[in-house]
Amino acid sequence: MAKVPVQFTLNGSEKAEFIDSGTTLLNALRDKIGDTSPKGGCHQGTCGACSVIIDGELRLSCLTLAETCNGTTITTTSGLSESGVLHPLQRAFLDTFATQCGFCTPGMIMAAKVLLDHTPNPSRDEVVEALSGNICRCTGYEPIIQAVLLAARANSQNAA
Amino acid sequence: MALALQTFPTVKDANSALKAAGTRYLGGGTLVIRAANEGDVSVSSLVRSTDPALSAIAVAGGKVRIGASVTMAAIARLPDLGALAKAARAVGGPAIRNMATVGGNLFAPAPYGDFAVALLALDATISTDDGELPIETFLAKRDGSRVIVTSVSFTLPKADGFRFLKVSRVKPKGVSMLSIAAVLERAADGTVSSARIALGCMADRPIRARAAEKAIEGKTLDRDGIAPALAAATEGIAPITDPIASAWYRAEVLPVHLGRLLLT
Ligand SMILES: Cc1cc2nc3c(=O)[nH]c(=O)nc-3n(C[C@H](O)[C@H](O)[C@H](O)COP(=O)(O)OP(=O)(O)OC[C@H]3O[C@@H](n4cnc5c(N)ncnc54)[C@H](O)[C@@H]3O)c2cc1C
Ligand code: FES
Ligand code: FES
Repeated sequence: MAKVPVQFTLNGSEKAEFIDSGTTLLNALRDKIGDTSPKGGCHQGTCGACSVIIDGELRLSCLTLAETCNGTTITTTSGLSESGVLHPLQRAFLDTFATQCGFCTPGMIMAAKVLLDHTPNPSRDEVVEALSGNICRCTGYEPIIQAVLLAARANSQNAA
Repeated sequence: MALALQTFPTVKDANSALKAAGTRYLGGGTLVIRAANEGDVSVSSLVRSTDPALSAIAVAGGKVRIGASVTMAAIARLPDLGALAKAARAVGGPAIRNMATVGGNLFAPAPYGDFAVALLALDATISTDDGELPIETFLAKRDGSRVIVTSVSFTLPKADGFRFLKVSRVKPKGVSMLSIAAVLERAADGTVSSARIALGCMADRPIRARAAEKAIEGKTLDRDGIAPALAAATEGIAPITDPIASAWYRAEVLPVHLGRLLLT
């Protein structure tokens, strides 16, 4: 299998790798680069656990070939905390018990981050819509929705 | 997964590479990479083109041309295409909409292909380097197609002339139990002067509801006026059966949802 060079910015760091052509971004991140925050749940686009942000847009890393990400900027959940301080979304997920087994959490947080980046004060319906591509088998969703609304409130208080 | 991707700056070169056995075009990858992840080994290599024309949207003089690589999210956020936003938003959740392309949706088997249903009602023209085809002819022949779709074009319907409905079990997203798109024109007296109605999940690909279209022409959009169209709606359909609904159920509820769409 041909190796192809891939370069992108991952959570603020430049990455340059040779990968097998046809490797998914999910596998490249987890197996090659060592960022295991995106989870591989279904590899079918249905669970959202592998969600990452590519150039500001929510994308499924299991259905994205790594080599199509050349020159992009990628954010994963492991890039959210700064100097050991949790991102408001991470804090809110802990505070509202929005995490049980935690498998869906990184994908949920990525979907929520894109929402809050564009819509700092979302309605409940907007939160539900933003998370509609992410499946959680544990929490019943309500604590997750509350976490996102709480993080939005925390953000707007910080901004005020 | 043993897949190799070849990227070409021009559609012409990508088309040449697509001729090789076991090669498929890569749009957003939501179906083709999904199939590969599932173990489909019929595809060994993928090609794509980064030609910027594939990502362009042009709206001028009531005519629209959308490049095949344009995503559902891009269509949904463009005010000029407001009439189509509902159909674009019907495709999957937010991440899928950021990846799913117009070109790929034309090839998506039922229960997918919601945007293609809208394009069928709009009587879109499908462009390739080999020429242009009416969407209905294109859809009929799509399985044997070995050429890259470059764009879709259509005339923007009059305000309120385009209607779209997707029915699913899981809200706010979830695959279609059925989808319906209609382009209706009305005469000065309010009667329907022309109608194009397209159905999703009523065959393995989007189809026109010709009998219903004929039955609504000259009628008013009220309960009595639409009754003949609802009676004719199931003519010529062969709905799919999947975990969402059986063919029988889909056929039973089609007139109900068509009625709701026509009365809105
Ligand atoms: C979780 C999930 C939910 C989904 N929900 C929906 C939904 O609600 N509604 C819906 O309609 N669809 C849905 N889909 C299906 C799919 O995302 C869309 O139909 C999408 O538009 C397909 O486009 P793509 O670019 O990703 O296709 P790809 O996977 O890239 O391609 C699909 C097929 O089309 C061919 N192709 C793609 N582009 C071209 C081109 N320009 N020229 C020639 N051939 C081409 C490919 O070779 C391949 O055979 C869903 C998919 C997933 C995984
Ligand atoms: S692993 Fe990508 S959506 Fe489930
Ligand atoms: S916390 Fe277990 S899947 Fe969501």
